[in-house]
Formats: sequence, C-alpha cells, structure tokens
Amino acid sequence: MSKTVKLVPPLTDADVMVLSIGDKVLVSGVIYTARDAAHKRLLDLLEAGKPLPMEIKGQILYYVGPSPARPGMVIGAAGPTTAYRMDSYAPTLIRLGLKAMIGKGKRSPEVIAALQEFKAVYLGATGGAGALISQCIKDAKVIAFPELGPEAIHRLEVEDLPAIVINDCQGRDLYEIGVAQYRRTTTP
Amino acid sequence: MRQIEVAKVTQAVKEAAIAANYEAGEDLLRALARGAAAEESEAGREIFRQLLENARIAREERVPMCQDCGLAVVFVELGQDVHLVGGSFEMAIHEGVRQGYGEGYLRKSLCHPLTRANTGDNTPAVIYTEIVAGDSLKLTVVPKGGGSENMSRVHMLKPAEGWAGVKEKVVATVREAGPNPCPPIIVGVGIGGTFERAALLSKKALIRELGLPHADPELAKLERELLLAVNDLGIGPQGLGGRITALAVQLLMQPCHIASLPVAVNIQCHASRHQEVIL
Repeated sequence: MSKTVKLVPPLTDADVMVLSIGDKVLVSGVIYTARDAAHKRLLDLLEAGKPLPMEIKGQILYYVGPSPARPGMVIGAAGPTTAYRMDSYAPTLIRLGLKAMIGKGKRSPEVIAALQEFKAVYLGATGGAGALISQCIKDAKVIAFPELGPEAIHRLEVEDLPAIVINDCQGRDLYEIGVAQYRRTTTP
Repeated sequence: MRQIEVAKVTQAVKEAAIAANYEAGEDLLRALARGAAAEESEAGREIFRQLLENARIAREERVPMCQDCGLAVVFVELGQDVHLVGGSFEMAIHEGVRQGYGEGYLRKSLCHPLTRANTGDNTPAVIYTEIVAGDSLKLTVVPKGGGSENMSRVHMLKPAEGWAGVKEKVVATVREAGPNPCPPIIVGVGIGGTFERAALLSKKALIRELGLPHADPELAKLERELLLAVNDLGIGPQGLGGRITALAVQLLMQPCHIASLPVAVNIQCHASRHQEVIL
C-alpha cells in the first residue's frame, strides 16, 4: 500500500529507508539543481580535490534546467530532465551522502546498486509538467557555474513538490513492476 | 511574382515559437482528455490530470509548458511564385527564433556539440525548405525537446524483413525508450526513401493534426496496428504502467531503393508543439 511522505532535507538514512516504490513524496525546503554540465563540473572539482559549491551530504539534487523567469516571477518552467544522462556521475555523489535525486526515466544498475548500498532514493517527478511544478518553487538563486545558463546550479526553495519513489533502498524499480501489470503478451 | 519581405518571416517565426511553447494545441488537449478517459491505471489518470492542468497554467499564467522549450525545427513550404526580398531568408528565420526565445522567456537549449558551450540564443534553427506550387509561404515551427529526440532511431532493414520487421522496430524503439521520453508519446514513423529521408518523414509525420488518421486508408490501418502494439507494452503515462503509452502513431511512407527498407522512429513527448503560419 503506497503512502504519502513529506521530505525536508537534510535527510538521514532512516528518512529514506522508510520509503517504498510507489510512495508519493512531497519535498519542501532547500534542494539543488544539477544536470549534465553541472555534474561534470562537480566531478571535476572532486577529482581535483577541491570543495563543492554546496553540501551534498543529506541533500536532494533535482535534475532540471529551468526556463528563464519573467520579471516578477521566481522561475520559469521547471520540470525534470531525463536521469540516465547523470548515471555515470550519480554513484560518486551517492557515496558522498546524497540522499535523493529527482528526475524522470530509468536509472542504470550501478545507480540502483549505489542506492541500496548507501541508502538513498530516486524520485520521479512528472516530465513535461514544467509549468505545474514551477508553482511549488518559492525561491531560486544561481549558486554556481552561472556561465552554464540553464545548466547552472540553482538553490531552490520548494514547497510540497510532488514526486513518486521510483527506486528505493531495497533495489526495487517501480518502472519494472508498474509496467509488468499492464503489459500484454501478444506484443512481439 | 508575389513579393514577401523577410522581416515578415522573422515576425511570424518569433510569434509562432512563443505561441507553440505557451499554448497547447486543441488537438493535443483533445488527445489528453481522450487518454484520461481511456487510461485504466490510477497513477496514469493522475498524470493525465496533471498534464491538462499544466497546459492550463502555461496558457493562463504564461509559463512555458515544459522547461525544454526545444530546438526550433522549421518546416517551410515556399510557393514557387514567391520572391523573398529584404535580406537572407534563412537568416530571417534564425532571427525570428532569436527574438522569440529571448522575448518569450524561453529556454535556450542549443550548445556546441563538443565543448557544450551554449549558443546563448537558441539558434541556429534546423530548417527544411520545400518548393511547392503557388504564391504563398507556409512556416511550421516545431520546438523539439531533447529527451524524446534522444530516444529516436533509424534502422536500415533488409527488404525480406518486410512489415513484420518494421513493426518490430517501432515497438522495440518505444520499449527501449520506456519512461525516458515523457510518455504518453506520439510516435512518428517514416518508411522508405533513403537513410536521411526516412528520418525526415518520421519528423514530418509528427506535425499532422493529432488524432487525424493518414489520408490513405491502407496506411491509416497500419497506424492503428502500430498503436495497438505500442500500447500493449504497458509502459503507460510517465512509464508508471498503464494502457496509454502513445496517444497516436503517425506514419509517412515513400518508395525506396530495391536493396533497402529504411525505417525511422521519431519519438515526440506529450508536449507536442507546432504552430503553422501562412504568409
């Protein structure tokens, strides 16, 4: 039976271990954005032994490149981008204590294994609902790599941003289980 | 010879790029409403509800439907009796994209392929020009999202593989894409021509009014067959499991070489945006 859970970072192991695939979560508080180019920069900093522009331990990363804010608005559209492009970077950040990622689409076996080993979760937000999700964002500030434009790291303050647990700490995958219920075997 | 100032082209492209990103087409809204009614999964129905609400917010509160405001693909049908004056036609299109994405607060999503440096103004557009009879100029601006484009494929089949092979490739492409391209999707299929023409046909197939079957009843039948097969995959809205993986499969076909059977599958996310202007 799925449940609804409120998540406010920083998160502990216990906060994410209670989550099961299919659970609805409402994220509030401070989260950070990062997509392709920002991930590469973060990993380059780690490799060079330099500090990261934000805390990773206990935090939530949102895979998003928002559209520009109109004057007087906090942000433009801000829905999730496809997560597999971050798969090669994610295990390193999970090892450092990242507790959750928000995106859309499948993760690799390596990411799913890292979620199990280091106790973290992958959350799916509704892809293509960028206008709807933007209404949950109360503040946005670029905190690193402004030259990357939409790919810069933003610090977002969110209120009840809705997502679904896709991969939990037990190695389960909602995409596999959900689809199996509706697949018809007549398909080649 | 009818003269058209290229400045009019810039203005038309600018307005179309903005409108496409903020205003979901009536055809798309109808397809989403039909999907919501047909979907059996509760999670899937919730996704349809969110997408309809998202379209309303985008239109009324002037937030783009999706943060990926797309690479601007522009299909041009240029009447052969039109004389374009006042500057370069293609530069006028790029300028329209630059102004539309700037003034419309749309995301600039183009970059150098290797350094990944953003071009800063969402140009260049990808332009396909066809010379047709008459003295009018039709521009169709299609902001194409990257997530669904990444899941698209071209296959060069052996002629022996026939329709069964085509069907298998379409289904396999959608299966492998799974939740990644933001289902419910629209599947553009191009069959025949050459390697690159099949891909172009698959993209052109996507700009047809959603829900309108192919004018040729034989091809319309093949579209229905592909739609059933794709929806049997059970991927459902956002890949959470459900009946409606695709809102439509739209097909275009033309003759190919006796040695070939090119098949292209262009995946379009539910944010299917296209705006047509006739000058």
